[in-house]
Amino acid sequence: MSEATVSLRLRRVMLWSGIAVLCTWVLVPIYLIALGAFGGRSGVFRWPKNLLPWDSGLAAMQTFLAVEGVWAAAFNGAFVACLTMLFSLLLGAPAGYALARYRFAGQDAFRMLVILTRAFPLAILALPLTVTFIRTGLYDTPVGVALVHTALALPFTALVSSSLFMGIPRELEEAAWVFGCTGFQAFRRIVLPLALPGLAAAAIFAFVISWNEVFAASVLTVRNKTLTAYLLTVLAESPLHFRFAGGFLLILPSIIFIFAVRKYLFAMWGIANR
Amino acid sequence: MTRSRVLPYLLIGPATVFLVLLFVVPLVQTIALAFTDNGEASLTNFRKMVGDLNFGLSISNTFLLVLAVIPLQLCLALTMAMMVQKLDKGRDLVLWIMIIPLGISDLAAGLVWLTILQDRGYFNTVLNMLGLIDGPVNWLSYESPVSLFVGVMLAEIWRATAIVVVILISGLQLIPKEYSEAAEVFGASSWTRFRKITLPLLKPSIQSALILRTVLAFEVFAVVYALSGRNFPVLVGEAYAWQHVNQNNGVAAAYAILVMVISLAATLVYIRTLRTPPEMQS
Repeated sequence: MSEATVSLRLRRVMLWSGIAVLCTWVLVPIYLIALGAFGGRSGVFRWPKNLLPWDSGLAAMQTFLAVEGVWAAAFNGAFVACLTMLFSLLLGAPAGYALARYRFAGQDAFRMLVILTRAFPLAILALPLTVTFIRTGLYDTPVGVALVHTALALPFTALVSSSLFMGIPRELEEAAWVFGCTGFQAFRRIVLPLALPGLAAAAIFAFVISWNEVFAASVLTVRNKTLTAYLLTVLAESPLHFRFAGGFLLILPSIIFIFAVRKYLFAMWGIANR
Repeated sequence: MTRSRVLPYLLIGPATVFLVLLFVVPLVQTIALAFTDNGEASLTNFRKMVGDLNFGLSISNTFLLVLAVIPLQLCLALTMAMMVQKLDKGRDLVLWIMIIPLGISDLAAGLVWLTILQDRGYFNTVLNMLGLIDGPVNWLSYESPVSLFVGVMLAEIWRATAIVVVILISGLQLIPKEYSEAAEVFGASSWTRFRKITLPLLKPSIQSALILRTVLAFEVFAVVYALSGRNFPVLVGEAYAWQHVNQNNGVAAAYAILVMVISLAATLVYIRTLRTPPEMQS
């Protein structure tokens, strides 16, 4: 073997060991909370711990899910996240389309408003909303929380859909007009199908943003808490195995959703940041 | 052509109204709430905030955390991104694994590291197996601020590096390969190529990653709360406590204003220091 091949092979080994280390850094903590979640009460107090899953069982998770309020909170969280997904798409996609296809006065001001929200810690702005929401009857409702979460997700969906629509050639739409489609028909039959996967990815990301948000969700609710807010509230007085089971339940949907949108994430960020 | 003149406004209208109602109005309300007391303009809330025992601690903790976490995150994310760029086989799988934490909430990340760092946790088990400790050691208590700080740091780095990785890789994909290849022809080492070509061209992405991460890092709260309760006070945690435990909206709003001013200042600093000259924009 020549010296060059040896050094090339050495480099590959180094690269892959580096990647192995980094992947381990990400994955091992998730494995460990799964152990904690399925280990139950006896697992939590065991010392020293078993690093292999021999003392785990489904019983611990079942006990957690049987606790009053857990199911309701999980359902609530998913419902709020779905509403957020819907709202941010309904508001953000048309705005994105306008930014991508038209030049109009006030365009830059609108873009500025959207980008400006990123420099603010938005969730904290939920504080004065408690008063407004109590007055309007939105306090402690899934819709109220979803509205605040939409404010978090909307800038993202608007910018992402703007870049998605920009990526679809205007000529395709114009060709449809020539063949007699109205503007809306051309949009629905030509542009929408092409943009749909990207829009779905942005929507799913909005779901994850809402599912994970904790500050606004806990400030704006009392009885109808999302899972994240519920766990935060009961954190101090709940036993460790309960916390671990809750943490694991929070992580589970996120892992699946990130898997579903992984291809689009990079394209979305690449253009959304320009 | 009146239709196409009205249409864009119809399209951005709902989003604009929404952002005004849920971003601009609450922003003004927060300012009003923070600067009034019983309906009169006053600085009482800020006086109460500054006079609180946890105030100084929460400021220094938050800043120390941001200063410790963000640079490490940037380095780690750059390493991850550059490594992934070199892969051809298995790239998709490796990328997915590296960005999994993107979907994990700060509360969940805090709980994950609690399983590891609690006194009967996995970290102590490993130390015990190696013969370094005899029994459970409490790393997260009030009396061990250094290890508590490191614990919070680890959890933050573990959770929030993924977003930086995503932004950097998206940026890397936009850099034409030809630059680097040309430099290679002229004999530039890979370190030189990284420093002289990749890094400068990546600056816009680095800037947006830093802005986004720093704003979010000043909001750090649930990670800390999950790991240590209020043993390690941070700004947003204090805002939450004033709202919930002390039922005092005004002081909570004062904290919110403080966090906002700090975030905006940080954003401005990044925009000034990492400005890309126009001739370098592609």
